[in-house]
Amino acid sequence: MRSVERSAFWTGVVDVLPFIVMVVPFATLFGVVAIEAGLSLAQTLSFSVLVIAGASQFAALQLMLDNAAIGFILAAALAVNLRMAMYSAALAPHLGGAPLLQRAFIGYLNFDHSYVLAVAKYEDQPDMPLPSRVAYFSGVSLTIAPLWCLFTYIGAEIGAWIPSNWEVSFVVPLAFLSTVAPMLKSPAHIAAAGVSIVLALALAGLPSGSGLLIAALCAMITGVVVETLLERSS
Amino acid sequence: MNYSQFEIWLIIALIAVGTFAIRFSFLGLIGSKRMAPVIERTLRFTPVAVLPGMVAPLVLWPTDAADGVTLLHLAAASAAVGTAYLTRKVIWGMLAGLGVFFAPVIFALL
Repeated sequence: MRSVERSAFWTGVVDVLPFIVMVVPFATLFGVVAIEAGLSLAQTLSFSVLVIAGASQFAALQLMLDNAAIGFILAAALAVNLRMAMYSAALAPHLGGAPLLQRAFIGYLNFDHSYVLAVAKYEDQPDMPLPSRVAYFSGVSLTIAPLWCLFTYIGAEIGAWIPSNWEVSFVVPLAFLSTVAPMLKSPAHIAAAGVSIVLALALAGLPSGSGLLIAALCAMITGVVVETLLERSS
Repeated sequence: MNYSQFEIWLIIALIAVGTFAIRFSFLGLIGSKRMAPVIERTLRFTPVAVLPGMVAPLVLWPTDAADGVTLLHLAAASAAVGTAYLTRKVIWGMLAGLGVFFAPVIFALL
């Protein structure tokens, strides 16, 4: 690495430091809840190392606790991650020129924090050369990802010690609620969330997982329709 | 949980592969082409469309609660939503929810 790239890498490391406060408790909780749910230590760690996407990991775990069909577990977990296709599209103009292996590496580490920081940086400094952009992205993601895995491990070790009457599984809905609430930025988002809740409860009797998918599809359509109508009327 | 070891590994592997495919998609295959605006707009709603529907039954019918939903569950859930919404920070919502939910056990320990 030349010194320009090295400095871009370290800028990324410094920029991502505030996000650590958020990643550490979530990773720990995932470790705790996964072990309590009955996954082995190897399975819990593999989840965090291979998937690195908290919300979808929690979603899969919850549906596994409900003994949902495997197809529905996959559909729900991947639906939660679909937003990352948008991240991929947003990063492509900035990083699309990198060699295939580097792009595969970026794809693997393309999650909320790395996307948010990288796109903000690239838009702020349009003259940044491509190798520096890759270095910046690496600085951000290579700081967060190992911590995500390390604290999953620590959580898994702690989880074995927590008394079973603590009802640790209720941490999952609390984590989801805290994740979603700040995303309710507009009436369209609130409408989508409302439709999701009402339909998911109404369809809870359907085979596990399928009611949620129908609710989510209707909620997405609601969001787009409400947003479009509001834009037209203003 | 009622899956064989093989099924658990299969679930983890398939989510990993699928997630990578989603993340790599535009970077890898489509290059620097833009996504159709309507698709981009729809995708932006996936988290708010999926997560609330997933969470509502968990709050009303908690998995491990011996006596079903209690005032404590509802208070913790409200604290998490309210705090996260007002502060716009996930971490504060999380701490508020955990604080309310585990306050009784923590007081019992003291």
